[in-house]
Amino acid sequence: MNAIYILWLRELKRYSRSRSRMIGSLGQPILFLFALGFGLGPVFQRAGQGNYFQFLGPGVIAMSILFTAIFGGIQVIWDKQFGFLKETLVAPVPRWQIMLGKTFGGATIAVLQGVVVLILATIFGFRPELGLLVLALTFMLLIALFFTGLGISIASVLADINGFQIIMNFLVQPVFFLSGALFPLNNLPKVISNITAVDPLTYGVDGIRGTLTGASHFGLAIDITVLLILVMIILTIGATLFSRIEA
Amino acid sequence: MPDAIVEVSHLTKRFGDFTAVNDVSFSVARGQIFAFLGPNGAGKSTTIKILTTLLNPTAGEITLNGFDALHDKDNARKSFGIVFQDQSLDDELTAYENMEFHAVLYGINTEVRKKNIHELLVLVELWDRKDSLVKTFSGGMKRRLEIARGLLHHPKIFFLDEPTQGLDPQTRNHIWHYVKNLSEEKGVTIFFTTHYLEEAQEYAQRIAIMDHGNIITEGTLEDILKKTGEKTLEAAFLKLTGSDIREESASSLEAMRRHRQMRGH
Ligand SMILES: Nc1ncnc2c1ncn2[C@@H]1O[C@H](COP(=O)(O)OP(=O)(O)O)[C@@H](O)[C@H]1O
Ligand SMILES: [Mg+2]
Repeated sequence: MNAIYILWLRELKRYSRSRSRMIGSLGQPILFLFALGFGLGPVFQRAGQGNYFQFLGPGVIAMSILFTAIFGGIQVIWDKQFGFLKETLVAPVPRWQIMLGKTFGGATIAVLQGVVVLILATIFGFRPELGLLVLALTFMLLIALFFTGLGISIASVLADINGFQIIMNFLVQPVFFLSGALFPLNNLPKVISNITAVDPLTYGVDGIRGTLTGASHFGLAIDITVLLILVMIILTIGATLFSRIEA
Repeated sequence: MPDAIVEVSHLTKRFGDFTAVNDVSFSVARGQIFAFLGPNGAGKSTTIKILTTLLNPTAGEITLNGFDALHDKDNARKSFGIVFQDQSLDDELTAYENMEFHAVLYGINTEVRKKNIHELLVLVELWDRKDSLVKTFSGGMKRRLEIARGLLHHPKIFFLDEPTQGLDPQTRNHIWHYVKNLSEEKGVTIFFTTHYLEEAQEYAQRIAIMDHGNIITEGTLEDILKKTGEKTLEAAFLKLTGSDIREESASSLEAMRRHRQMRGH
């Protein structure tokens, strides 16, 4: 168990020492809040959907968690390339513990990032209800765990960083744009609605939106059940793939 | 061998249809300094990676300190320390944090940990730099830190894959000084590779020479000199392995990439 802790700690130390990563990762959420919030807000309001910031806030929080988590998981490739991974792979510790430690570390950073974006969003006019804040944080943690685990799973099978761009463009971006982070899920064309229903992030966005603004599409019970199952599955897959790494 | 701490039998490793290690058998006696020599691409690092549980062999058996290295991995892992050919420190952590990380992974309790880390960082003359980030270190300092880290859990076998590559004579000298002491005072078995043949000639009690995945000769320095009729290890080495130049293989990752491209993946 100490192994899980020290790997978690390492992720946090590396993050806290990387100013550029901390500041850089705020750029995208701010841009989305600014451009979409002010740009689409009036249309949204006219369509009778209310204040767009109120809708967009949870979406942008989920977005920042998604990107931070995937990026954190993908770090395993750098560990491979810079050699440090070997140090952890020869240690007398079950590999799944190493994988879990990394996942918890990456997920913790992603949740912290989500909280920072939550605070930023309030500056733009997002007004969350804080009664279910603990539950909202739970949803944030679940998507953080899922996507960090996904990042580690992908990194475990990639030989080097060359495949990273493909992953970003063909996996992470679609997951974000088709999650209901930016648009409401009701009255969607059938195709889109089916795709959003199989997008894991959809349930995270819906859960965060439901807890912070009271407007949930699927209901919090469904959201949390789906995410819990997905997290279990991805951690099992990730631990298995990570255990198979050869250096 | 009566008291062998490393026993390798019929070890083979293939990457696709390229055979990097070809049915190799050898053993190393407890407490011995063992030099594992060979030109670039001979298969030394691949063998060491298999011995240290990083790579799975295609075939063969390995016993380390009495433990089956293929099935009882954790006990085998506790028995050895290793300095890899390529750097393996976390550059964003301090020297002390790298040591601490290792100690926790190896289950060393807090008190022993503090004492051991202090002792080893003093030994490799890095105690006054313990709180500096490793990315500020020179190549020689990183190497010394890796040696200290590899010894933290008091391994019975110490693998050193080209530990002195690219270092100045002063640092090489220091490193050999620690390693020799380790062998004499603590009885640690040393398994090292090097391209500086004078290091093998001076410090090794037994030498194996590998080429194209095969061990082509094995014995004491005297055995090898006698067998080849040469006066120095270098002359014997060249006689045995020929004098054509071998390409330096890049990191194994790059080798893998090239291999894939060749096979059209
Ligand atoms: N992961 C890998 N995939 C494909 N070929 C590899 C891999 N690792 C090593 N090789 C090849 O195996 C051979 C032996 O490499 P290595 O053991 O690193 O040699 P040495 O350490 O003796 O210089 C080289 O030809 C190298 O290119
Ligand atoms: Mg090598």
